[in-house]
Amino acid sequence: MSDVSDTAERSPGIIGDVPSGRHRSRVLNRAGAIFLNQREASITLIAVLLFIYFWASGTTAFFSHGSFVNIAEYMGPYVIIGIGLVLVMVCGEIDLSIGFVWTLSPFIMHFFIDSGLPTVLAIVIAVLVCSLIGLLNGVVTTVFGVPSLITTLASGFLVFGYTLTISSAQQINLPAQSVHIGRWFGGEAWSEIIWASVLVLLFHVLLRRTRWGLYTVSVGGNMLGAREAGIKVNRIKIGNFMMASSLGALAGILEAFKNTIIDPSAGQLTVVLTGIAGAVIGGTAMLGGVGTMIGMWFGVLVLGELQDGFNLRGISSYKYLMIEGGAIIVFMIVNTYLSKLRGSGRLVGTSSTRSTPRLKTRQAMDQIGARPFRGE
Amino acid sequence: MSTQSAEQFTQPTENDILRVEHISKRYGAVTALTDVSLRLERGEVLGLIGDNGAGKSTLIKIICGFQQPTSGRLILNGEEVSFSSVTQARAAGIDVVYQDLALVNQLTVYHNMFLNREPVRWPLLRNKVMRQQAQKHLDSMGIKTLKSVDVEVASLSGGQRQAIAVARSVFGNAKVLLLDEPLAAMGVKEGAMILDIVREVKERGISVIIIAHNYGQVLQVCDRVNLLQGGKITYDKYARDTSVEALTEMVVAEYRQALEERHRAAS
Repeated sequence: MSDVSDTAERSPGIIGDVPSGRHRSRVLNRAGAIFLNQREASITLIAVLLFIYFWASGTTAFFSHGSFVNIAEYMGPYVIIGIGLVLVMVCGEIDLSIGFVWTLSPFIMHFFIDSGLPTVLAIVIAVLVCSLIGLLNGVVTTVFGVPSLITTLASGFLVFGYTLTISSAQQINLPAQSVHIGRWFGGEAWSEIIWASVLVLLFHVLLRRTRWGLYTVSVGGNMLGAREAGIKVNRIKIGNFMMASSLGALAGILEAFKNTIIDPSAGQLTVVLTGIAGAVIGGTAMLGGVGTMIGMWFGVLVLGELQDGFNLRGISSYKYLMIEGGAIIVFMIVNTYLSKLRGSGRLVGTSSTRSTPRLKTRQAMDQIGARPFRGE
Repeated sequence: MSTQSAEQFTQPTENDILRVEHISKRYGAVTALTDVSLRLERGEVLGLIGDNGAGKSTLIKIICGFQQPTSGRLILNGEEVSFSSVTQARAAGIDVVYQDLALVNQLTVYHNMFLNREPVRWPLLRNKVMRQQAQKHLDSMGIKTLKSVDVEVASLSGGQRQAIAVARSVFGNAKVLLLDEPLAAMGVKEGAMILDIVREVKERGISVIIIAHNYGQVLQVCDRVNLLQGGKITYDKYARDTSVEALTEMVVAEYRQALEERHRAAS
C-alpha cells in the first residue's frame, strides 16, 4: 500500500493500455480479480472457510439437519434487521432503536388481533405503526440535526419504556387463533430464513438497481454533492429510517411466532449490535456510501456458523463470546486489508489510474468508510 | 489599490451572455466583495485571477446560486435573474464544478454522470442505456483517459475526476460553466488534459469562467482575463493584449503596496 512507485510501474498509467508482458495464468488472475472485486467476496470466502474448518476439525454434528436448522433459525431475525441497518448505514446513519421496535411490535400485533383483526392484517398494521418510529428518528436526525446514534438511542429507550409499561413487563401468549397461520411467519423451522432471504434479494435490487438505492449511496457517500445534484437528502434518510423500523418490527413479530410467546425482554440492544456486526463484517461501512445486502447475509451466516459450530463442540456460551469478539476483529482486519488492495487497484488488474499517495490513502479510506478527506 | 483607468477595462458587447452588475457581499462586519462588475461574452473563456481571499470563490458562489449577494444584480441573456439555490441556477443554464465536491466516490462514472436524471424503466435503472450514453458523451468530448465508465469514481485521479465533473455539466446542457480552480494540485499532463477539455467545451458554444492561479495556463486557454483585488475587479484585458509578465506585475504590485502599508504602519 505504501509502496507507490511499485504500483505506478505495474498499473497501466493514465493514457496507456494493458501493460505489455506476461500472460502467465491470466485467466486465473482475471477470475480471481473479478471475484475479489466484489465487496461480498471476503465474507463469502470466510463463510466457506468456516465450513471447511468445522468439517476438517471433525465436528460432524455440524453437518446435520438439526445443525443447519439451528443456523437458519439464528440467522432469520438478524438478517431482517441487518437489511434495515445496511440501509441506514449506507446513507451514513445508524439505528439503535431497531432492537426495541423488535420488542414492541408483537405487542402491537397482539393488540390488533385482540380487537378483532385477522392475523395477517394485524401484522401489516403493526409494521406500519412501527414505521412511524422510523419517521420520528428520521425527522429528528435530519431536520433537527441530532446525530442518529443519539436520536435512536433515545427513541429506543422511549419505545422500550413504553413496551414495558403496556406489558407490565409480563410475557403473554400468542393469540390462539394466530398459532396456525403463524407457521408461515416463523413458526416453522425454515420460514423465517426464507422470509429473510427473499427480503435480502428484494432489498439488494432496491440498493443496486433503483433510484432509491443510488440516492441512498450518494447521500452516504457525498451528502453535499448529492444535495447539489438536487437529491432530496432528508427524504432519502427519513425513508430509510422508516424501512429500518418496519424491518425491526417484522423481525420481532417473526421471533414471537417462532417462540410462540411475546416477550418484553426480547430484542433490545444486543440484537442491534449483532445485526451491526453482521452488516459490517459483510462489507458495509460504518460511515456511509458503502454497503451490501448479500454481504450482510453472509456476515450473519458467519456469525451463525460460529455460534452453532462452537456450541456443538461444547464451548460454553461465556467462552463463545470471546471467540465471537476475536473473530469479528480478525474478519474486519481481513476486510480492511482487501479493501485497501481493491482501492489501490492491485486486485483489479484493470486499473487505469496512476494514484498519488494521498489519493490512494483516500481511496483505501473510502473503501473502509473512514473519510477525513471528504467534504473538505 | 491600483488605479482604475478606462484603458484597463474592455467594453461591453451586444454578445454578453452574463453580466454581473455592482455586486457586493458582506458577512456581518466582513466585506468579501465591495463592488464587482463583470461580463461574460457568449462562447468565451474568461479567466478570473486574484490573490487568496480576494473574493473569487465568493463571486463564483453568488453566480451559481449557492449564495445570494448583499446588493447588485445578475443579468443572464439580457434579463435580470436571481437564484435562491444551485438547482435554480442550473435550470437556468449556469452550472458550477467544484474540484472535489461534485462526484460521489462510491458510484460508477456513468451513475455520477446521470445523477438525478437517470433513465428508469420502473422500478429499475436503465444501466445499459446510461453506460452507453455516458461512454458516447465522453468520447465525443475527447475524454479518453478512462478505461471504462464502469469504474468507481474513487479509483480515479484528480484530473480524471475533474474531467468527469466538467463532462457532466456539459451533458446537463449548461450554457455558462464556472470552474473553481480546475487546475489546482494537478500535474502538467493532467492540467493539459483539463485545458483541452475546456477548449472542447468552448467549441460547443458554452461560456466559461475559470478561476486559476497559473497565469501561463490561464493565458493558454482564456480569451480574456479579469483580476479581482480587494473585492473589486481591477483589471480586464483580452488575452491577446496581456502577458504572463503583465499579470504577474499586477499582482506583485499589490504585494508591494501591502508591504509598504505594513511598513508605514509599523514606523
